[in-house]
Amino acid sequence: MSALTFTLKQSIQQRVDLSSLTPDKLVGKNINDIAAIQLDSGRLKLRVDSLFDISGDNAEDIVFNNANGKLDYIGSQMKSGRITVNGGAGSYLGFQMRKGEIVLHGNADAFTASGMAGGLLHVHGNVGDFLAAAIPGDRKGMKGGMVIITGDAGERAGDQMRRGIILIEGNVGSYCASRMLAGTIGVLGSVGDYVGYGMRRGTLLLTQQPKLHSTIQDCGTHTLPFLSLMFKSFQHLPSKFANINKNRVQRFAGDIANDGKGEILVFK
Amino acid sequence: MIINGVSIDDTFAEAFGMRGTRVIITAQNLRWAYNAARAMTGFATSVIACGVEAGIERELSPEETPDGRPGVSILMFAMSSAVLMKQLETRMGQCVLTCPTAAAFSGIDEGYPEITKINLGKNLRFFGDGFQTSKVFNGKRYWRVPVMDGEFMTEESTGMIRSVGGGNFLILAESQPQALAACEAAIDAMSKVPNVIMPFPGGVVRSGSKVGSKYKSLIASTNDAFCPTLKGITKTELSPEIESVMEIVIDGLTDPDIRVAMRAGIAAACELGAKHGIKRISAGNYGGKLGPYHFKLREIMA
Repeated sequence: MSALTFTLKQSIQQRVDLSSLTPDKLVGKNINDIAAIQLDSGRLKLRVDSLFDISGDNAEDIVFNNANGKLDYIGSQMKSGRITVNGGAGSYLGFQMRKGEIVLHGNADAFTASGMAGGLLHVHGNVGDFLAAAIPGDRKGMKGGMVIITGDAGERAGDQMRRGIILIEGNVGSYCASRMLAGTIGVLGSVGDYVGYGMRRGTLLLTQQPKLHSTIQDCGTHTLPFLSLMFKSFQHLPSKFANINKNRVQRFAGDIANDGKGEILVFK
Repeated sequence: MIINGVSIDDTFAEAFGMRGTRVIITAQNLRWAYNAARAMTGFATSVIACGVEAGIERELSPEETPDGRPGVSILMFAMSSAVLMKQLETRMGQCVLTCPTAAAFSGIDEGYPEITKINLGKNLRFFGDGFQTSKVFNGKRYWRVPVMDGEFMTEESTGMIRSVGGGNFLILAESQPQALAACEAAIDAMSKVPNVIMPFPGGVVRSGSKVGSKYKSLIASTNDAFCPTLKGITKTELSPEIESVMEIVIDGLTDPDIRVAMRAGIAAACELGAKHGIKRISAGNYGGKLGPYHFKLREIMA
């Protein structure tokens, strides 16, 4: 069995919702059924085969080739299997994903991993704003699982994040970990202004001293045993975080304007 | 059956079903891991009055522990799951939470048919008075509780399994020092066996008991048939040359673990042999009606 492969045939003008093309929704369907699936694109309904050349038969292993930033909701609510995206992805990559694995070779747009509850989302590239954040109307962002971003993330990364781990190897924009409820975010690069704004609980791990606003307070430098445990659990990951083993950090707590149980740990 | 001049009785040790768990305790160095582990397994020789039987199973190298620090693993057994859970919680709170740099982790996650998750540090988190935080790594939840030396870290739960307690054998010798020397040799050999503990002081018990007593309030009393000073006035089990008897009790995670430990211990005692005054190996039982596990000495040594 070879990977079920969707190759984008043409450049598209309108955004397309790919939430129906996940392993759990396609398993057991033959290629004609898959070709006839209607995808939402604005007010139009488009057949899958009008956009993609379809090949392969293993729906547990889906590949999108020639993908670009107009393709939204890739891997939305997926519960099993693996999706590989070559090219790029639009917004809501891995939206409310439960299990399985998504690997993107390229950049993704806003709300990547929003509402994600489990599984692994690995982006070899950059992501837009609101990484793992809650969509408007939702009160919680990411609720579990692991996200690895090899490039940069935009603003509001981890906004209202509730659980899970985000590892960002590049830089992050402003308001990183804003209104964060719990979970862990690691950033190897720099972060923008107002890091941890309204942060309630959770951990933000940084390698460089950020500019902090006044309601984030210094708790001193410490050797924290849980960091050894955490980095040990990262050892198998395909990420730069796998090689870190440090547990000496300066601990900032906050945002004391909003409960103040969150922490920003900066490597010393 | 005679091994190196030591006769092995045609009898069996009678053992009971217990609930068992393992906890991994780590600390900055082995000294403090041992301090926590010894406190946690203190006053845990017999379920009769201690609630649990507990002991240190073995040392763990930094590579073997979840947090990469040196540690020890301890085993804890009780007659019911309720008692085990209660004892684990109170001992964790008084012995590990209190011990500088110590942390505790689950020691049973897989490898047994029926594993029940029980609280390890789940309720200790409330000591943090709202400042506690939890972290989930690889599907396991850990608690971080701020304490005066820094942070106390513990896994939320560990595994409890059905296990076996009360495996035993008796060493009968011509003198007290000789009996003790044989016990020490046996314990040295048995402490290398995984999945078992010998809960009594130094692994050895001298006050073996029989069921019942002449006193109505006592459910157990001295095993006069094996008391050397009573040879002439009681229905004795001892031949004239026996002057001292000591017992080794074994609790293990499974039936085969106890067999391996008993074999190692008896073999080590027999190695000293008749020329060091070791005359006989026997075992304690209640006629076979009380405990479902029977460890026949001659079968184990065959």
